[in-house]
Amino acid sequence: MEQGKEAVKPLSVRYIADMPYNYHAGYYYSRFLRELRDNKRIIGVKCPKCRKIYVPPRIVCRDCFVKMEEFVPVSDKGTLLAFTVTNFLYTDTTTGGPKKIPFTAAFIKLDGADSNIVHCLDETDEKKIKAGMRLQAVFSDNRTGDYFHDIDHFRIIKGM
Amino acid sequence: MKMLVGIVGVGQTHHRSKNTDCNGQELISIAVKRALESAELTMADIDAIVIGNMDHFESINYVDMWSVDGSGGYMKPIMKVTTGGTTGSAIGHAGFYHAASGLFDTVLVIGWEQNSESDTTAAISTCFDPITEREYSAGAIGPLAAHYIAYMTKYGATEADAALVSVRDHNNAALYNGYAHLRQTITVEDVMKSAYISYPIKLLDICPRSDGACAVIFASERKAKKITDRPAWILGVGDCHILVHLADGIGLANLPSLEIAARQAYEMAGITDPFNQIDVAELYIPASTAGVSWMEALGLCEEGGGPRLVRSGVTNMGGKLPINPSGGVLATNPIGATGLLRIGEAALQVMGKAEKKQVEGAKVAVATGFGGCFWSDITVLSSLPRLD
Repeated sequence: MEQGKEAVKPLSVRYIADMPYNYHAGYYYSRFLRELRDNKRIIGVKCPKCRKIYVPPRIVCRDCFVKMEEFVPVSDKGTLLAFTVTNFLYTDTTTGGPKKIPFTAAFIKLDGADSNIVHCLDETDEKKIKAGMRLQAVFSDNRTGDYFHDIDHFRIIKGM
Repeated sequence: MKMLVGIVGVGQTHHRSKNTDCNGQELISIAVKRALESAELTMADIDAIVIGNMDHFESINYVDMWSVDGSGGYMKPIMKVTTGGTTGSAIGHAGFYHAASGLFDTVLVIGWEQNSESDTTAAISTCFDPITEREYSAGAIGPLAAHYIAYMTKYGATEADAALVSVRDHNNAALYNGYAHLRQTITVEDVMKSAYISYPIKLLDICPRSDGACAVIFASERKAKKITDRPAWILGVGDCHILVHLADGIGLANLPSLEIAARQAYEMAGITDPFNQIDVAELYIPASTAGVSWMEALGLCEEGGGPRLVRSGVTNMGGKLPINPSGGVLATNPIGATGLLRIGEAALQVMGKAEKKQVEGAKVAVATGFGGCFWSDITVLSSLPRLD
């Protein structure tokens, strides 16, 4: 038996686990992603009861709990509700590598929608960003059926 | 009508940024031992155990089973509950439900976390929808920062208002709480000069991540009265979940889940005038900004009145309604234990056992929990079995 300092020195065991996931997009998100990819169009779904339009589309209305089946296009322009310029390092859960920082998360209400989305802005100077600004979606040229890729970012509409 | 349930014991570890001296089970056993000692009970007196943490932080499944070496749960009923940031408050509620059901007289509730074992922000980010929200939602910090932008824009609150909350909570921890993780006194200037980590949140505005554990013992009315002459009676609980769609919670400047949960708990407890009836609050304030913008949801001020409340000083120690005598989440954040620490600290206040943290004569206390996509828990505790 070891004695003294060595006997009480704590050890740790390192795991570097690769745990890939393959998330099923399901019926509603698949339609949403396909419209982005094939038609550069953002779609939502309308509640048959309260008429609220949800983007991204989903199966039930949060208030009425009825199934929603009517898909409707909404605008690719919207209003910035809130934002943050994130500037600390953490692991990117998509890649397992370090997250590219800084980035500006933008919480946006698209024209014609009753719910909000999150995406990014191409501006990372917080002094140039204000809640209430008008934004426009900028689509990628090569779209793959991935929301955060097919819409590359949102840009601030100048002259507002 | 529910059965009366009281808290009879509270134990916690000394919380730190990185605890390499023991593993999770050993950490849990320290909190359990201290809770049992504080109630003068032994493991044989415990009828059931509720335990909680966030799986992704330690990447261990079946914590109900894995923790038995430390929890003392061998051959006892154990239930694991995980609800993100509210894990600690949810296990507190689950302990209350167990005892209030009449099926279990004495219930041991354990919250714990060894956050230093992994990347906390990456782990938290997995609570956001992988297809439509995760990419730009930086754990808890990003969404909390954006939410304060919405509140500042709507009500004219400032970053300096949030700094007042940071100073209050950090300094309470430094002066009064020997178990706290961060124990340095700071000034508003220190906060304002600290770097932006996610604008408008600065380094000194945000909670740390901690390694630590907390255990709280809940007992039925009959049993509680036998164990102690001054239990902390649970007078009301409220719990409100919202959507997975984070963007919908952020877009609102307010926190409707807390407002609804508080209304439920106050009604159950008989609280009609929260500011005047509550003597002390242990609130889950994960960012100083939330210490401004969520106060109205608790009915402590008018809509948009958070800055006025905080500037007035009434929430400081010695004020009319001290908030976070323990230093709260900004000083100590072992995530699965954090919400239970709020309940445990609130219980100690009404039991008159809060030592240096004690708010003199505290009879009614509230504790809250907050999690992930902006959902909320609240618990009302009192030295009195009912408020008249």
